[in-house]
Amino acid sequence: MTIATAPSAAVTGSPAGGPPRPRRLLRWLLPMAPALVLLVLFMAGPILWSVYIAFTNETLTGSASVNSRFVGFDNFVRMFGDPNFLNSFVLTFVFVVGSAVIGQNTLGLIIALLQRGRGRVTRGVVNGVVIGAWVMPEIVAAACWFSFLAEDGTLNTALGLSQEWLYTAPMLAVILANVWRGTAFSMLVYSAALSEVPPDLVEAAAVDGASPLRRLLHITLPLIRRSIMANLMLITLQTLASFGLIYALTGGGPGTASQTTPLYMYEQAFRYFEIGYGSAVALVMLVIGALFSLVYLRLIRVEDA
Amino acid sequence: MTRIAARTAALLSLLLITLAFLGPFVWVLIASVQPESTLSAAPTAAFSLDNFAAVLTWETVFLPLINSIVISGSTAIVTVLVAGLAAYPLSRFQLRYGRHFMLTLLFTTGLPMTAVLVPVYSMFFRFNLYGSVPAMVLFLTASSLPFSIWMMKNFMDGVPVSLEEAAWVDGAGWVQSLRAVVGPLMAPGIAVVAIFVFVGQWGNFFAPFVLLDTPDKQPAAVTVFTFFTQYGQAAYGQLAAFSILYTAPAVVLYVAVNKYLAGSFNFGGSVKG
Repeated sequence: MTIATAPSAAVTGSPAGGPPRPRRLLRWLLPMAPALVLLVLFMAGPILWSVYIAFTNETLTGSASVNSRFVGFDNFVRMFGDPNFLNSFVLTFVFVVGSAVIGQNTLGLIIALLQRGRGRVTRGVVNGVVIGAWVMPEIVAAACWFSFLAEDGTLNTALGLSQEWLYTAPMLAVILANVWRGTAFSMLVYSAALSEVPPDLVEAAAVDGASPLRRLLHITLPLIRRSIMANLMLITLQTLASFGLIYALTGGGPGTASQTTPLYMYEQAFRYFEIGYGSAVALVMLVIGALFSLVYLRLIRVEDA
Repeated sequence: MTRIAARTAALLSLLLITLAFLGPFVWVLIASVQPESTLSAAPTAAFSLDNFAAVLTWETVFLPLINSIVISGSTAIVTVLVAGLAAYPLSRFQLRYGRHFMLTLLFTTGLPMTAVLVPVYSMFFRFNLYGSVPAMVLFLTASSLPFSIWMMKNFMDGVPVSLEEAAWVDGAGWVQSLRAVVGPLMAPGIAVVAIFVFVGQWGNFFAPFVLLDTPDKQPAAVTVFTFFTQYGQAAYGQLAAFSILYTAPAVVLYVAVNKYLAGSFNFGGSVKG
């Protein structure tokens, strides 16, 4: 809260310097009401609703569509006994670690490090291309990668190979596509963080004879560790829920070879219309997302919010 | 390693990374202006705008783009209005639960919206809202609110209270003060939030894909996907042309707000609440 800029409006609630207001409650409730109503109806509501239907056998077709009933933990028992769900869980883990934690994070840091001290033109070109991939809508990104990886597409032409990448290595393909698409975010986070590292610290270490690698590992990285952790949490959260890119590229296939949990959830809820079961899967994803989100809140310092 | 060698190595690495990132772009740019383009990226000398001419029809490009503008635009406008109102007491008054509220909003931005869509779909189905564009816009607004209120409050904190005091003395209430003093002073901030929400929804594929029923309501995100799965193999040049037409507005708007967004990537210090 802006105690610094709004001292008169604080605490007392007296109209001394503040705007004239009829009631203490109304003065904040009135302007916040539309936001609260929308958040309750369309965010909190659906989340609570998912807690309820996750324990029912609700479907959109068949007899359970009219008479859904409470089934206890059946959906969760079924989920953790379904090899396809467990498969999707492992694939999501691989996707997050491969494309976000290792791919985007490392590549973003490398590009940000390489860009330090470069000329404006160099930075402009590199930023333009990397950010271009990020600004592009995910469906267009998928179309780009579909042709890039096609049998006589750009990649095979460039490498002199003949591979149907989306069939032979679907996970590698979606991981690479997501690294391409998401690296800009990490790069921007690290560029901002590195610009605040005092250059004299690094130079002093250089004078003392520390190699570039040692300077990076012992001075630069420890100084930006907070940004690293915040970035890792944010890109993990974004990648966990990623749907469109994978769906458009492989559709989860071949078979279930690239079916991450959001795609599994989509198939159950929207293809088989098993809404109760799909909500149980959604609930598991929400809980995992919430845990990561809590860790993120602990990591960043929120200044007098 | 000498300085020059290090410099050369860094430049070479950057060149390599840039070329690797350019790879997937190549096809779209080339295929869109080739008269008979296939999946292959092998370019020919021929140049034609036939692909653009072929997709510039009502059903293929115009209606989906209009739908995109309506959906993203109304979401952006409603979000800015609602977030602007909500940010006012958060910025101006000392609220007992203000800090909790702001932290809850930050927490909400981390939740996977993909997962929230399953119960939303089920609720929409039950309350006969499935296929309703206004209902979807309200859901998209709610999902954009946490981040938007956060940004709005920060921009509003930058407007000194002293400027409002003159209005209060003249007998203006908070509504007039917000509309006539605070609003105009934070116009650039409002534009940034609006554009941010607009671009985010412009690329949103999953929500309309799941919540809208007929093709004539679908935004370009979904029609590009449909085009891609139906005619992608046969009409690659047209898909490329459509993709470019659909991507261009997002790029232009990003460039417009680019410099205002620069500060929001800094997590090293503290997040200003």
